[in-house]
Amino acid sequence: MFFLVIKRILLGLITLFIVSLITFAGVEVLPGDACTTYLERQAFGEALEACYQRLGLNVPAYERYISWAWGVLQGDFGYSLSGEMKINEVLGPKVKNSLVLASASILIGIPIALLLGIITALWRDRLPDIIISTVTIFSMTIPEFISATLLILIVAIWLEWLPGIVIVPTDASIYELLPNIILPVIAISMIMTAHMARMVRSSVIQVMASDYVQMAILKGVPYWKMVFRHVLPNALLPAINVVALTIAWLLGGVVVTEVVFNYPGLGRLVIESISNRDLPVVQALAIILASIYVGINLIADLTTLMLNPRLKSLQIKK
Amino acid sequence: MIKKKEKQKNTFEKIYEVIKTMASKPSGLIGLIILIFHVILAITSPLYVPYDYKAIDPTLMLTPPSSEFWFGTDSLGRDVFTRTILGGRTALTVTFFGSLIALLWGGSLGIFCGLVGGKIDDIVMRIIDAFLSIPWILAMLLIVSLLGTTTLVLIPALGFFYGKGIVRVARAATHDVIAKDFIVSARARGHSNMSIIWNEILPNVRDAIMVEGAMRWSWMLLGFSSLSFLGFGVSPPTPDWGLMISNARGLMSFAYWAVLAPIFGLSSLIIGINLTADAFAKALGIDRSTKAPV
Repeated sequence: MFFLVIKRILLGLITLFIVSLITFAGVEVLPGDACTTYLERQAFGEALEACYQRLGLNVPAYERYISWAWGVLQGDFGYSLSGEMKINEVLGPKVKNSLVLASASILIGIPIALLLGIITALWRDRLPDIIISTVTIFSMTIPEFISATLLILIVAIWLEWLPGIVIVPTDASIYELLPNIILPVIAISMIMTAHMARMVRSSVIQVMASDYVQMAILKGVPYWKMVFRHVLPNALLPAINVVALTIAWLLGGVVVTEVVFNYPGLGRLVIESISNRDLPVVQALAIILASIYVGINLIADLTTLMLNPRLKSLQIKK
Repeated sequence: MIKKKEKQKNTFEKIYEVIKTMASKPSGLIGLIILIFHVILAITSPLYVPYDYKAIDPTLMLTPPSSEFWFGTDSLGRDVFTRTILGGRTALTVTFFGSLIALLWGGSLGIFCGLVGGKIDDIVMRIIDAFLSIPWILAMLLIVSLLGTTTLVLIPALGFFYGKGIVRVARAATHDVIAKDFIVSARARGHSNMSIIWNEILPNVRDAIMVEGAMRWSWMLLGFSSLSFLGFGVSPPTPDWGLMISNARGLMSFAYWAVLAPIFGLSSLIIGINLTADAFAKALGIDRSTKAPV
């Protein structure tokens, strides 16, 4: 057990290491470097030399990678190109804002998804299932930017219930943020909730058809007791991993939604840094987002492992 | 010769059978109809568009829908109906060929990994895992911003990026069949590796890979239109739904028609592809609702 946990953590770290290699190599291989893209037409002679000097681009790539990676390990992402600011200072508040948005969506999304998934599974192919399943297909397939735009149009412009655009400074506190994030949270959690509800549904249906549930029914266990004691614990465990993947996928959606709502989080930073070709920031973002992904998956893996002794042997094979 | 002919007929029969099963449920039928409608529209729309999609007319800015302009005009006085029925062409072409590329490279690499196993398999899967953990939006934006936004960049970029999930599926499916008796006996008969892949493995993993490809198609469409929405997809004045939504969004408080028309176009296409992919998976006996969108 202990060995397994260590192995999972190591695998996560290896993945992150490869991510850092990929982003570094990608930026290296693609045409142009930080200085030429930043200086554009002035990229020659002394200006270029000075820029290389300033960013330390005049040393071989592997040396730069090592010093960059060493910095990242100590939590230092270096300097951004455009603002000449420390990336840590730029990123800090934005990461916090994005995390507030993402965790609010997850906290609201998971219970709703569980409820909807269980309802649709227990009333399978009857009216509640048909209605909820149709709605989930719609909310699952429509991209975030469309649902966000529609929400702004209907709730903010036509009904005038809530503000359509988030206007808070980047360093706003959580209390200032909360009243503003209602619409973004709805837009983000719609897709995620629908995906999870579908997974919970099929998982519950699978367990309901299993031998031990049939046995419980034959034994005369009361229906709800059977659902809570036999079905749900077995049905929800396998869903944890898939839920983690959905949450990780959500990170991309958060970026788009933040742009639509003008939310001061990572989303706008992603777009801005890529439009400005601010490669050091892009590398930092890639590492941070990948760490969140790996972290969520690790937590999901370990939770499943702790809760389900039967998976212990399976995990080694995987 | 006779044997070959028989086999071909079987493939057609199987395709017919699958489509029939797909259309037998209302959701699959609706999906197929929407998808076919969009494909026909994309192919034929240039023949009957009422106006020029890039004709700018300042006197007609933001006119509401009328009998003359069915969906009104946008902020540059261009006919929204014209742009909407043309708006799916790029998206459909790019994502269709993108999914084909994704299917091809993802499928072959996956089968290869499943077949050879061992160290190579481990290393490739680690790299695939690493790619999976970079959020799609960041990777796509980086590729597109450095290499440009022409279709020739977008198709392979999307194809490459959405193929990595297929590698996993193809590898898992290959793993499932690799230990079966018929493979062992084919090896014992002395068949070459290529012949085993082509005749024994491929027919058994084809369904899983194809369903995965159909799912990738709808996600790729989602990714592609998000890119255009963010301004990193097709360049104006090419009519594209994502771009149209993003342009019309700022003025939607008084010109909702310019934003609703492309929204309707894009949502209906994505829903159509999704319903079709669902029905396709069910017809082949694969449950796709247990999969996360990676």
